[in-house]
Amino acid sequence: MISSASTSILNSSSSFNHGEASPFPDWFQEQQANAWDIFLKLPQPIRRDEMWRFSNLKKTSLETFLEASKIKNPDEIRNRSQGITDIAAKMIFANDQLIHREVSNLPEGVVLISIEEALKHHGELFRQHFMKHETRLGSYKFAMLHQAKLRTGVFLYLPPGVVLNKPIEIWHWVEGAHSAIFPHTLFVASKQSHASVIERFSSLSPDPAFVCAMNDLIIEEEACLNYASVQEWSAQTTAFHLNNTSVSKKGRATALQAHLGGLFVRSESDSRLLGKDAHSIMLSINPAHGKQEIDQRTFQDHIAPEATSDLLYHNALSDEARTIFSGLIKVEKEAHQTDAYQKVRNLMLSDEAEANSMPGLEILADDVRCTHGATSGELNKEELFYMMARGIPPQEGVKLIVRGFFQTVLDRLEEPLLRHCIEELLENHLF
Amino acid sequence: MSTLSICNLHASIGDKPILRGLTLEIPKGQVHAIMGKNGSGKSTLAKVMAGHPDYTVTSGDVLLDGESILAMEPDQRARLGLFLAFQYPMEIPGVTIANFIRAAVQSRLPQGEELEATDYYADLYSKMDALSIPRAFTSRSVNEGFSGGEKKRCEILQMAMLQPKYAVLDETDSGLDIDALKIVSSGVNALRSPEVGMLVITHYQRLLDYIIPDKVHVMAEGKIVLSGEKDLALKLESEGYDWVTAS
Repeated sequence: MISSASTSILNSSSSFNHGEASPFPDWFQEQQANAWDIFLKLPQPIRRDEMWRFSNLKKTSLETFLEASKIKNPDEIRNRSQGITDIAAKMIFANDQLIHREVSNLPEGVVLISIEEALKHHGELFRQHFMKHETRLGSYKFAMLHQAKLRTGVFLYLPPGVVLNKPIEIWHWVEGAHSAIFPHTLFVASKQSHASVIERFSSLSPDPAFVCAMNDLIIEEEACLNYASVQEWSAQTTAFHLNNTSVSKKGRATALQAHLGGLFVRSESDSRLLGKDAHSIMLSINPAHGKQEIDQRTFQDHIAPEATSDLLYHNALSDEARTIFSGLIKVEKEAHQTDAYQKVRNLMLSDEAEANSMPGLEILADDVRCTHGATSGELNKEELFYMMARGIPPQEGVKLIVRGFFQTVLDRLEEPLLRHCIEELLENHLF
Repeated sequence: MSTLSICNLHASIGDKPILRGLTLEIPKGQVHAIMGKNGSGKSTLAKVMAGHPDYTVTSGDVLLDGESILAMEPDQRARLGLFLAFQYPMEIPGVTIANFIRAAVQSRLPQGEELEATDYYADLYSKMDALSIPRAFTSRSVNEGFSGGEKKRCEILQMAMLQPKYAVLDETDSGLDIDALKIVSSGVNALRSPEVGMLVITHYQRLLDYIIPDKVHVMAEGKIVLSGEKDLALKLESEGYDWVTAS
């Protein structure tokens, strides 16, 4: 008898095998089957593809990864899921199973449920937003794999005008050697709602794993969402994080990606500015070390006029780490008076490390302000001398400088509880 | 033994000698001033004492209470009790003043001992008040966007917090208007004690109206060419430096 734990993810279209029935409605299952066909048909990306330039595609091979097995130790995982203490709600997933949901403090009308429940109780609303935008920064094939293999995920709906004073915390764990998981997140912040959410992605063991996570953040008129995604995958993990953000008129999205773990991490952030005076703030901190490769592709798509996008990515590279940043600001024809900013900074802490930066602009409108730039530099020796002249040992001084380098990004997060949480987590990843 | 002694010090940057046999002794409890033209080597002396890696000491010695510090790393020298107030303090983005000074104070504690946060902040705030530094500064990044006066006040704040045995103040008056000069000087004067020796490096006599030195030394071409009492500074101000080097 073949145990489910040893089934390759490439063997079958669905994650629901061995007599396990899919909890999803027919239309959803059909979409999943269709996604699987597309996944199979599409060729593996190659390095000649512009959207995969500089990528180490060998690290995206899927052959060795298996369907994640059922969690046997949910209590232990719940105990390990200690993050921010003062929160509005919490959900914990492990191997794409919901193992904890605490929502009693949420105001009436706020929906925070698993995707299977969302499909049962809020089918139309969910369907309206689910994977509405095509993945267009290179990983369409992997997005299709994600859709086919999706077992569960988070659906958050904030009704109009609701303001959450405390953050929501969501955990996604992976367990077991060569396990593959496909976490999905869909947030809909309705008109004038306001919330902060942190998603934590972690490995329970140092084993290799495969993750293909997607999230969609929908920010409607005058809504405000502070979002942080923090991954601490094991040093053997291949992870895709595919993020879509769309912001309507006078809406405001602040989304931070902190890639603290993983071996190969492909992160795509696609932000659409759909209404006048929409704001999208895109942040990332990446202390890349060892043989890590952090491959980030971004898109600031200005569709409506008078919107603002502001991207700030900081990479600190030590050992033989590699980073790739490729970012495009596109200002569509009608998007006059766009204000777009894009900055990536690479702090090189090792001669063996390699940072590739490809900032880009495509402007089809008149009367816009677009600034972009990429810098790479070594640690400032005079800063270090200044610190040592105060008695601070050099290794501590380097840490302070690197911490400061990331802090300038973290300071842009408006929710202090998220900021402090990430500051503390970062401490464990400063070499 | 309670002196900072600079003995026949020679130092170069690359192949270029800058200090050429400088000898100076600063006993604890005294304030000495070094004056000199631009290019005489004043700032080099400060950096060499602090251990800046760009400079090579070719001969001579620097003794802190009898112990040679030249083989020590800059951080060891600082923890031993040497403080350099920088002419151009560095900006360190993302590192708050509170965290920066805290790391410096922490580095002086024995291994495994944690600085008590409440005591630290009480100490920091009282010293900030004395230097008229608004408390909001604690959460600002070190020197980033500071005015010249704010940077220098921040240097003196660090000195007050770290309580060195010997302090070298490199052109602390540069870039200061008269009000800032008064605040900085009174901050320095408040730290004068029988337990501290100070070396004040300045181009202008003006600073010495506020920080009255016990001795004044004139530096030219990498060494001390004349030493005297505090009125020497006044003479230099009125007559310039040429008569010193010509004699």
